Formats: sequence, C-alpha cells, structure tokens
Amino acid sequence: MPENQNPNPEAGLPIGKNRAGKISKYHIPHFVAPLDETPLQGVDAVKETGKPLSMWGEAWRSLRKRPLFIVSVILIVSVLVVAAFPSLFSSTDPTYCALENSNEGSRAGHPMGFNFQGCDVYARVIHGTRASLMVGVFTTLFVVILGGAIGALAGFYGGWLDIILARLGDIFFALPLILGAIIVMQLPAFRENRSVWTVIITLSIFGWPQVARITRGAVLEARNADFVKASRALGISRFNSLVRHVIPNAMAPVIVVATVNLGIYIVAESTLSFLGLGLPPDVMSWGNDIAAAQNQLRNNPMMLMWPALFLSLTVLSFIMLGDAVRDALDPKTRKGN
Amino acid sequence: MLSFTFKRFLQLIPVFFGATLLVYFLVFATPGDPITALSGGKPMTPAVEASLRAQYNLDQPFWIQYGLYLKNLVTLDLGMSFSGQEVRDLLIRAFPVTARLAVMALAIEAVFGILFGVIAGMRKGKWFDSTVLFASLIVIAVPTFVLGFVLQYVVGVELGWAKPTVSGGATWGELILPATVLGLVSLAYVLRLTRTSIIENKQADYVRTATAKGLSRGRVVNVHILRNSLIPVVTFLGADLGSLMGGAIVTEGIFNVPGVGSLLFSAIRKGEIPTVVAVVGVLVVVFVLANLIVDMLYALLDPRIRYA
Repeated sequence: MPENQNPNPEAGLPIGKNRAGKISKYHIPHFVAPLDETPLQGVDAVKETGKPLSMWGEAWRSLRKRPLFIVSVILIVSVLVVAAFPSLFSSTDPTYCALENSNEGSRAGHPMGFNFQGCDVYARVIHGTRASLMVGVFTTLFVVILGGAIGALAGFYGGWLDIILARLGDIFFALPLILGAIIVMQLPAFRENRSVWTVIITLSIFGWPQVARITRGAVLEARNADFVKASRALGISRFNSLVRHVIPNAMAPVIVVATVNLGIYIVAESTLSFLGLGLPPDVMSWGNDIAAAQNQLRNNPMMLMWPALFLSLTVLSFIMLGDAVRDALDPKTRKGN
Repeated sequence: MLSFTFKRFLQLIPVFFGATLLVYFLVFATPGDPITALSGGKPMTPAVEASLRAQYNLDQPFWIQYGLYLKNLVTLDLGMSFSGQEVRDLLIRAFPVTARLAVMALAIEAVFGILFGVIAGMRKGKWFDSTVLFASLIVIAVPTFVLGFVLQYVVGVELGWAKPTVSGGATWGELILPATVLGLVSLAYVLRLTRTSIIENKQADYVRTATAKGLSRGRVVNVHILRNSLIPVVTFLGADLGSLMGGAIVTEGIFNVPGVGSLLFSAIRKGEIPTVVAVVGVLVVVFVLANLIVDMLYALLDPRIRYA
C-alpha cells in the first residue's frame, strides 16, 4: 500500500546523520522515534461486515480470562448444585442426632465431627445451604424488581413522581437494615409465621431503596442519550422507550450492586438468626447453626468454624463476581484490552 | 452555606416524620395484637387489658396514637421496661458507652481505612494492594459476630491480651477490642472506597499540574489527591453511623458492653416490644441528625455543592 510508505526517507538512519553518514545540519539533540514505527493502517483493512460486540459481549471477552471471575463462578455453581441436591453430597441424615456423639471430633464418615446435640456437622452444613442461599437469591430478586421499578419510574418520568418516590426511599433509608429487620421480625404477624419467606420479605422491605437510588441514577444518565431521543423521534411511545431502550442500558450498575448485595443479605440472615430473630430454629441454615454454636465455642470451636467457613466462602464468591463484572463493564478499569 | 443547611434541614423533616411513622405503624398497626403479644398469648383479665391499652394509647385513633408516640419520643418519655425501670434512665446510662464505642470504631475505620486505602491506591496492582484488597473482601464476607467470637476467643481467652468481656465501667482500654470488631467491616469498605477514589483522582489534570510545577510528592498526595478523594469517604462514614448502631447490637451482645445495643439485644430476647420501639426510635433520630451533619461536612469539603 503506497500510503503506508514512510514519507521521510531519512528516518531509520542513526539520529542526526544523513544518508552519507555525515552530521546533518538538521542535527536533533534528542531522540525522535522513527516515523515508520507505527504504520498507518489502510482504511480498507478495517472489517466493516463483522457485527460489533455489545457492551456485554466486550465484558464477557474480558471476564472469561480473569482468574477471579472463573474461581467465583465455579464456587457459585457448586454452591447452587449443593443447594439444589444436598443428598448427592451427604448420605448422613442431618436430623439424626445421638447425644453420645455430642461435641465429638471428626472420624471416618463424619469429616467435620459432631455438634453439641450430636448431629453430624458436615450433613448440617450441606443441608443448610439451601435456606441460606434462598434468602440471598430471592431477596436480591425482590429488591431488584421493586427497587428497579421504583428507581426507573422516578428517574424516567421525573417531576412529582420522582420527588415522592425519592422521599419514600429516604424514609426507608433512615432505618439501618438490621435495625429495621429487627423491628419487622418482632411484629406478631412475622413472629408467629417465621419462615424463610418472612426473612426474605423483611430484608426486601429495607433493601430496595439502595437499588432504587442506583437505578434512578443510571436511568437519568441513559434517558438523555441520543439513541433514546432517536427512538422517540421515530415515534415509539414513552413507556416503550423506557422498557426497550433506557432500562437495558441502565442495567449494568444494578446487576453489579445486586450481585454484591446477594452476599450481604446472606450475612444479614445469619446475623438475624444469631439474634434469635431470623429463621425458625427448625430450619437448617448456616446462620442458625452458627448461632447454636456460640455457646459451645470453647468446647467445640469447629462447630462454629465449618458453617462460618461455608457461609463466608459463598458470600466471598458473590462479592468477587460483582467486583469482576464491575471491572469488566467499566472500560476505564478493564485490563489488557 | 446557611441557606444550604436550612434547605437540608427542611428536607429532613419529612424523613423524620416518615421514619418514625414507619416504625410506629409497623409495630402497632399491623395485623396481630401487640397486647396479646405482650402477655405472651396468655389470657388476661379485661381490666388489665384495658389498662395496658390505655398505657400504650391503643384505645385512641391511629393518628392520635402516633402523635402521642412522637410527643413521648421528643420529650424522651419512653415508658417503663418490664422490670419497672424508666426506659429513659436505661438509655441515659447506656448511651455514653455506645457513643464511646461508636466514636472509637469510627476512628479506627477512618484512620486505618484511609491510610491503607491511600497506600493501596497509590501502588495499584502491587503486592500490598492485592493483599489488602483480598483481606478486605474476607472481612466483608465473614459475619461480624463470627469475627467477634473468634477475636474474643483468640485475643481475649487464648492470648490474654485483652479482657474478653467489658466491665460495667466500659473504659476506653476495655473497648478497644469490641470497637475493632465493630469497625472492621466498615474499615474494609472505607479502604476500598478510598482506594478507588485515589486511583481515579491521581490521573486528574490538576494532579499532573501540581507535579509539573514541582511540588513534593508528599504535598501532591496529601493535599491534592487525598483531599479530593475524601469526599465520598466522608459521606460513607456518616451513613455508616447507622450500620454501626445496627452492628453494635451484635458486638455489645458478644462483649457484654453495657450500651444501647445490648439494651436492645436483651429487650429483643425478652420480647419487650415497647423498649425496642423506643430505643429504635431514638436511634433513628440520631441517625437522621448524623446524616444532616455529614451533609454539612460534605458542603464544607466540596465548594461545588455549597454554591450549586
């Protein structure tokens, strides 16, 4: 390609010398990179037929090379499998407890030993996965649906709706998550029907304002983008433009926060259970088992350690996943592109 | 500045009323009778029930009930605990202890969080950064009460460096361990926030200008980068007061600190609903006021907000 040829025939020679090897009169005292170091690319070389990668496609390309992402996904998938099919991983009955085994150490077939009541700790950890994970997953789901809808409506329509919804969010925000959850779990209606679902509802009541705030900010940003104006100019209705153009483009920060929060909700459930206000005692969960272990800490610290370890690993993997997705979606922090 | 403060104060009013209304509504107006809950579901004579209803103003219409609750909250007339003590007296005794604990926790998380965050941010990608970042993830992932139990057991019982539980006096020295546990999770957040903020700001044009005009590295970092990076951190620290109070319930329960948190902790365990509502009401007021103070600090740090 002729346009790629070096326009300066002098370049490439030792600095300050001309073709004859003599000191040039245009002597340059500092180094200048030869011009042909970065050849211009021909316009024809750019492939125009290929489909450009979407934001998520770009993110995926950067994500799949990250060890942090791979590790957290493997951990999350295994935890999900354990939650779905606990009996695949433990054939011991977690509700079979013999007091003769109380606080016994590990032995063949019972790798994590026994708790104070003589139940197998490993079986309880495996069977407790489902309740803890359900709280995290469903709370996140409800919070994203509720907070996302409220935030999107407030940000997109603005005006009075925005003011009212923002103040409503402020009111719930003024109650810290644990404090608010304590009050709600105290209510007679909740106290008497304690189950996984009451914990999920309680955490959702106080979790949505955060997601609403983030969605509102993201929607405000996307609302004024040119492609949204273009879609309106083409005659699409306001609501359709919100659903089809604004929301898909405002999803990224919400997904990141939701992933991280999923872990936080699992911790919140265990804290509530520790306070005696979370899941009912007959539900097997990591939080309940940790709470039950607190009195036996000096006799049998492993009774606390194993459920705590599983809980922390699960929470850690969700936080790491959220971090990795955030970095991948943000081109400024994306590495090696 | 004055008009900004005034405007923020006006915005707080609906939040204050809304939050207290929410607490009150949740406790006294949802299905299920609080009086039967009070008696533990056991039958009681109509006279006792009527007097209890009158005591908690449950014989009045809802809006009057709420107004009376608000009046009691503002005048700190918080009623009696089950053991016949004034909740106000219990709170007055417990509040200084929790305030001390919270101030220590805030100080620990601010000092170490910002220090480690700055070092990690300035050396992004180096071993210190990776180590500190991973450690902060672990701290976030482990529930506070597990951290509390482990530190209490290791530092308090096994090593004997600190007393595992706190005495009635709750001196500053005794509170170091509980305050560390309380502040640890937030420390991780402060660290990560500072680090992100530093990384963003150290590429700013004004930092390049400051370096280019020959300022020392210390001055560039401390004055130009750090001050601009602190704005989101300060907001977080203020909002964190709320989660510190939530966390104090757990921490004070574990270390037997005689503060507001353990007051709440034992009230929950005993099912003393009036005490729980009163204490949470006061905490909400404190939290809302703390947010106001943070907003003002925010305006002091960032002139763009003041004059907007």
